[in-house]
Amino acid sequence: MLADRGLVIAMPDHALFVMSSEANAVRDGLRTALSTSPMTLLSDDDRGTAEIVLAEVLNNVVEHAYATLSGDIRLSLTLTQGRLNCQIEDEGLAMPGGEPPAGNLPDAVDLPEGGFGWHLIRILSTGLAYERLGRTNRLSFSLPAERSDC
Amino acid sequence: MLLKHAMNGTTLVIRVAEDRIDAAGAIQFKERMRDLIVNPCDRVILDLSMVHFLDSSGLGAVVAVMKLLAPDRKLELAGLTPTVEKVFRLTRMDSIFTIHSALAEGIRNAG
Repeated sequence: MLADRGLVIAMPDHALFVMSSEANAVRDGLRTALSTSPMTLLSDDDRGTAEIVLAEVLNNVVEHAYATLSGDIRLSLTLTQGRLNCQIEDEGLAMPGGEPPAGNLPDAVDLPEGGFGWHLIRILSTGLAYERLGRTNRLSFSLPAERSDC
Repeated sequence: MLLKHAMNGTTLVIRVAEDRIDAAGAIQFKERMRDLIVNPCDRVILDLSMVHFLDSSGLGAVVAVMKLLAPDRKLELAGLTPTVEKVFRLTRMDSIFTIHSALAEGIRNAG
C-alpha cells in the first residue's frame, strides 16, 4: 500500500495518482491527472473523452465500492501507440456479480436522472476488464489517444 | 456553485459561473436552481458556456431541474462546450432539450 497521495509516479508516458474516496478528492485527482503527462499529450477531443470516462469510473468507486468504507483509489495511466491504457484500483466492496454493469442506456423520454455512467464508460472505452485480486478491485480499459501536434 | 441570473424580457437566463457540474457539485447545483426558478418567467435558458465538464451526476441534475419546471415551462440550454455536448449526445439526452448554440440565439428564438 502506498502511503503517498497525489501524483506518485510521473514519467512522460506513465503516471500514477492516488486519491482518497471522497467526491472532492476525486475531482482534485482528476484535475491533477488532466494537467499532467501523459494526458497533456493528448488531443483536446481525446482528453475530453478521458475526462468523461475516468470521472464516471472514479465516482462509481466512491459511490459504490467505498459506499460504506473509505480508502484510497489508485489511477494508473500509460500511453502506448494510439491508446491510453487506464487501470483503477481500490480496496472497496467487490462488484456485484463479479463484473461491471451492462450499462444499458435509459430511454431519454422517461427523463432519467441517472444510469448513464456505465453506458458512457462502455461506449467510449475498449478492452474493459474487471478483476478481484484478494481485497483489491482492478478495472482496466483503454481509450483513444491521438497525440496533439501542439 | 456560482449561478448568475438575469431577466431578459420574460426569459430567465441563468449562467453557470463554474467550470464543471460534477458529482461533487450536482446537489448544490440543483438546490441553487430550485431557488432561482421561483422567479416568474415564461422561459428559462441555462447558459453552460463556462462549463467545460459535466458528468452523469451533473446531467442527472440538469434533467431534475427540467422536471421541476414542467409542465408549464421548459429548460432550454445554450453554449454547450465540446465535452458537455458529447455527454448530452452519447446519452441521447440532447433529444429532450432545446439546445441553442449560443445564448444570443436562444434569447432570439423562443424554444
